[in-house]
Amino acid sequence: MIFDLFQYGFVIRGLEAGIIVAIIAPLIGIFLVLRRYSLIADTLSHVSLAGIAIGLLFGINPVLTAIITTVVASLGIEKLRVSNKVYGESALALFLSGSLALAIVLLSLGKGLNANLFNYLFGSIVTVTTTDVFIIALLALIVLATISIFYKELVYVTFDEDAAKVSGIPTRLINTILIVLAALTVSLSIPIVGVLLIAALIVVPVVTALQLKKSFTQTILYAEVISLFSVIAGIVSSFYLNLSTGGTIVLIMLAVFVLVFTTKQK
Amino acid sequence: MQITDHTKTIIEAEGISFSYGDDEVLKDISLEVHKGDYLGIIGPNGAGKTTFLKILLGLLKPASGKVRLFGQDISEFKDWWRIGYVPQKATNFDANFPSTVEETVLMGRYSRKGLFRRLSKEDIQFTEQALKQVEMLEYKDRLIGELSGGQQQRVFIARALAGQPEVIFLDEPTTGIDEKSQQEFYALLRKLNRELGLTLVLVSHDIEMVTKEVMHIACIDHTLVCHTSPEEYLKESESISIAGQKVKIMEHHHRH
Repeated sequence: MIFDLFQYGFVIRGLEAGIIVAIIAPLIGIFLVLRRYSLIADTLSHVSLAGIAIGLLFGINPVLTAIITTVVASLGIEKLRVSNKVYGESALALFLSGSLALAIVLLSLGKGLNANLFNYLFGSIVTVTTTDVFIIALLALIVLATISIFYKELVYVTFDEDAAKVSGIPTRLINTILIVLAALTVSLSIPIVGVLLIAALIVVPVVTALQLKKSFTQTILYAEVISLFSVIAGIVSSFYLNLSTGGTIVLIMLAVFVLVFTTKQK
Repeated sequence: MQITDHTKTIIEAEGISFSYGDDEVLKDISLEVHKGDYLGIIGPNGAGKTTFLKILLGLLKPASGKVRLFGQDISEFKDWWRIGYVPQKATNFDANFPSTVEETVLMGRYSRKGLFRRLSKEDIQFTEQALKQVEMLEYKDRLIGELSGGQQQRVFIARALAGQPEVIFLDEPTTGIDEKSQQEFYALLRKLNRELGLTLVLVSHDIEMVTKEVMHIACIDHTLVCHTSPEEYLKESESISIAGQKVKIMEHHHRH
């Protein structure tokens, strides 16, 4: 019966895209969570909605327009944060509400797109096209390569920004790289969990792995295991039980968190 | 053995001033640190000591004045591996950060590597050597957050040592550390300065301890109040007291 699953092309595409997203999200998540940047994921996901609205309105692939908007917005957020004229979290609030407003206005211009919009809000593997899988894979490769190139700098800046700067690391550049990578990760996660649940995918497995109190490398590995398990289990069970994919994945992640958290408290 | 080489100036600050808004924190401070020196920067809380240190390290830009590191203007300085830094927050960092002692000390090697280069066996060796120097090698697989304040401080010294620097800056390194660990900590610094000839710049408000340990004293209270040897400082401080802080020292031993 398990093989029924693979008779449907959309399930295979969904699994392919889901596994890629499951691998990438915690890699960015660990740096965002430890730097208390978790909210950036949420902000960028709302920005991506504006990007999707632009794509839907002009008939361009919405994932592409989402990538462009989130990357541009991420650079804007970082610039505002560094300027010290606006508090970091206020900068996030500006972008979050601003892009949501823009998305709503754009969507109200193009009536009749609403059915499709639901898929982007909550994720649906049915809507994942072959082009999407290709774009997701390409973005994932870029994110993976950039993280491995700047891994030690990202770790040091996350642990101790001042000491990293004194050791000659270009901290401004590393911060910009991190936020652009976060933007790319958010964009590539849209088709799987949808705009409203992306932040959970980036944050929850990492927060769960942190409860285990392991080394930095081991924490990443555990986060990867939790993320992969939740995404695959979520896609498979949502297929058989006819549930929303994004919601199921996030609920499984939260269940794992509760399980780990309560057993660790004892 | 005399290792202070006063012909080699490694740090020069010239006419440094700094303000936060209208608040002038530092005014026209000039001083030099020579190779092998052990300089204690002292002064009351809020006197601008940490600000001055951050300017020397390039973390803050002075409103006016110049900093030269190893003879180079700080804006052109590239050899950051020559400088080790033990920040103030070393004792109150995020205790939940998932990093082992070894992973933390390895960060000290990054400045030696530069961008695009991976860590090698050699880096692990230097890391272990640094941990040996601070007697923390057996803790290498422990999480940094699980250690005591004194042990954490040793790990941060090891991180600075791992890059094999020529000078280490320490900002209030003994805050929140018990008396016994403080004594051991100062003994470790003394050893590094005397035996390895490492130049040390120590910022502290613990005047009593610092005057016992260092070679030179710079007292900062917005301006450079004094720049002298501990002996001279103690003689003078019988008549003057810095910002109301009386310094009582029964006895002090100092080397020269």
